[in-house]
Amino acid sequence: MKLKGWKEVTPGAVILEAGNAVEFKTGSWRSFKPTWHEENCIQCLFCWLYCPDMAVTVKDGKMTGFDYDYCKGCGICALECPGKKGTKAIVMVEEGE
Amino acid sequence: MAKIVAVTGNEAVAHALKQINPDVCAAYPITPATELMQRFSTFVSNGQVKTELILVESEHSAMSACVGAAAAGGRVATATSSQGLALMWEILFIASGLRLPIVMPVVNRSLSAPINIHCDHSDAMGARDSGWIQLWSENAQEAYDNTIQAFRIAENMDIRLPAMICYDGFIIGHSIGSIEYLDDEKVSTFAGEYKPLYPLLDIKNPISYGPLILPDYYMEYRKAQDEVASKVSNVVLDVAREFEKISGRTYGLFETYRLDDADIGLVILNSAAGTSKDVIDEFRDKGIKAGLFKPRLFRPFPYEQVGETLKHLKALCVLDRADAFGGSYGPLFLEIATSLYPYRDKPLLINKIYGLGGRDYLPEHAELALNELVHIIKSNQVKTVKEYIGVRE
Amino acid sequence: MTKPLILKELSKKEVLLSSGHRLCAGCGAPTVVKMVLLATDYPVIASNATGCLEVSSCISDYTAWKIPWIHNAFENAAATISGVESMYRSLKKQGKIQKEIKFIAFGGDGGTYDIGLQSLSGAMERGHDMLYICYDNGAYMNTGIQRSSATPLGANTTTRPAGSIIPGKTEPRKNLTKIMAAHNIPYAAQASPSHWKDLMKKVQKAHEIKGPKFINIIAPCNRGWRSRTDDSILLSRLAVDTCYWPLYEIENGVTKITFRPKEKKPVVDFLKPQGRFRHLFTPENEGIIKKIQEDIDREWALLQKEESLYAT
Repeated sequence: MKLKGWKEVTPGAVILEAGNAVEFKTGSWRSFKPTWHEENCIQCLFCWLYCPDMAVTVKDGKMTGFDYDYCKGCGICALECPGKKGTKAIVMVEEGE
Repeated sequence: MAKIVAVTGNEAVAHALKQINPDVCAAYPITPATELMQRFSTFVSNGQVKTELILVESEHSAMSACVGAAAAGGRVATATSSQGLALMWEILFIASGLRLPIVMPVVNRSLSAPINIHCDHSDAMGARDSGWIQLWSENAQEAYDNTIQAFRIAENMDIRLPAMICYDGFIIGHSIGSIEYLDDEKVSTFAGEYKPLYPLLDIKNPISYGPLILPDYYMEYRKAQDEVASKVSNVVLDVAREFEKISGRTYGLFETYRLDDADIGLVILNSAAGTSKDVIDEFRDKGIKAGLFKPRLFRPFPYEQVGETLKHLKALCVLDRADAFGGSYGPLFLEIATSLYPYRDKPLLINKIYGLGGRDYLPEHAELALNELVHIIKSNQVKTVKEYIGVRE
Repeated sequence: MTKPLILKELSKKEVLLSSGHRLCAGCGAPTVVKMVLLATDYPVIASNATGCLEVSSCISDYTAWKIPWIHNAFENAAATISGVESMYRSLKKQGKIQKEIKFIAFGGDGGTYDIGLQSLSGAMERGHDMLYICYDNGAYMNTGIQRSSATPLGANTTTRPAGSIIPGKTEPRKNLTKIMAAHNIPYAAQASPSHWKDLMKKVQKAHEIKGPKFINIIAPCNRGWRSRTDDSILLSRLAVDTCYWPLYEIENGVTKITFRPKEKKPVVDFLKPQGRFRHLFTPENEGIIKKIQEDIDREWALLQKEESLYAT
């Protein structure tokens, strides 16, 4: 990414584009990643709620997976997942698996 | 209809703020600025202004609230002195770094310790590198006029920098003088409607103020700020020209008094310049070609224009009502010396520190300085560059 | 304007804090902010004290904030938002703005309990229509885990390490929520991301109240607490269940406990998973754990007594 020169920067370093942090993909941070076992998912949406990185994708009120561009692999979703009859719907596996 | 009134400097500046009618002001008391915001508070309580007045719990919060209000998108002002200015020091840099056109009268008072409530310039001089525009005022009329002009200068779309208007605590702040107030409509038309730039309150266009900037960009932001500073002089002159049309009073980047053909001169800020002008006249009557130079725009300092104006003199005494404590020269001296540096032929310079902590500056002090200059040009040498005058041995 | 809190419906809302922020994996702070913003059904402008949240969410050219946001300095999030709010009131009075906008200040415990206390107290006392959210992770985390007045007794921090002579923090933590309530503000409360509905209800309630509001929210920090990256919600739940972080609100001076743990757990359950308390599990330091438990029990009993004072 080409860095801007002094003539191009905004006055006072104001950032004009709301939410443009999405251009920075934090997915490269992780060592573990969550995998979704849909058969055990009760669609409680706790994973979506507790994810600190907004990396759980939802559509029409239903969880649909993970946004691996941003997921840092913290594992909160897996820990908080109630699963079905004691079997989790989210399991952390090593990145690269 | 302009009217002549007998008011204190603080009253006059409070009146200027009333006529400008800012959207938000913050107020915290400190001698000798207290009276200014106090008077303004009466206007608020009587519904004479639309201003939302935030009665903050410290000057640090005063400037912080001003930053929030200015970023929100409206006209903002506050006033302070001395320790108050010192307390808000951190935020001064943030105000200028965020490019917010906040206006602040600073009623010059000495800095502790020792604690002293009287006039000297160490407070505003201590903040000279904060990125704020600084306009210095000899008397209440200038303080009033500078306050009105400051809003136009600060809010100029090419500038967008905060501005402070300095005038002497007690000497000008509390003393009654004869001032001409411009009429309300002239002032409000001159100030015009506030034009916000990136206001937080524009919720349809959410912006973020104050990101962390790393070494890869910090210098670019500082360079951009430095560039803006270089444009200030021209804007000050443009605004002064417009102001002359409504007031009949002329302002520039500085004032020269009998300087054009002078051999020796005094360089001095604020009220002491008034005292010195009488002494200049006395010396002229004696046939000595003396003159006076009084800066108005101190930051950004107009080095080129000042150098051009002073270079022809043979000797100059720069009188500072502040010292750079810690073994340096007075702040005004350093600026004058820098402005003359490019010339091979330049006046000999001496620096006198006077009037600290409200010590009176008397005509005899101006005489002392001028006599020394006469001696310097005769002998063509300077014995002592820096001296404290008016101090007991 | 309070919408019912149903996760399915909430999941359809746009989260006004984006991905791509630089907070640590498993940090409690962004989840707190996310919940606060999800519970807000008004346009909102926020100020943010210097700290982990601020620095990681707005850096260089990037901002994770999808709302107007201002970072001024460390100690003045409250003063800054009071300036924004005053400008809003001024322009509204002048007829230049009609929309209803809410004002939130975010600050960590460092920028709120300590250096920010003056500015917070001033803003609360002046009665600005604003909500102050403190995300309490119990230390100056951004600068590397230094103790603050919010750090619990016995905790190991870098400015008060657990050494051979001094066993970590020797002072109990300050009760800022009560200090805020003592300002006679209309609403002060404590919340936890583990009890999301309670948290969101409190935020919704706050938005419907005119005047200064304060909500203190526990935000576990796995770096500073020396815990796992996946247990920030678990630890905040344990904080509530051990009554280390009771969930209550003080509305117009009336105390109400909003969540009673079914079974009050012993504080060691909360301490054990955190490396910052590891040194307490030795015979010579067991007195400290005893003191921590005593303090919690006393505070919890006091809270219940206060609540009963107002029970009708």
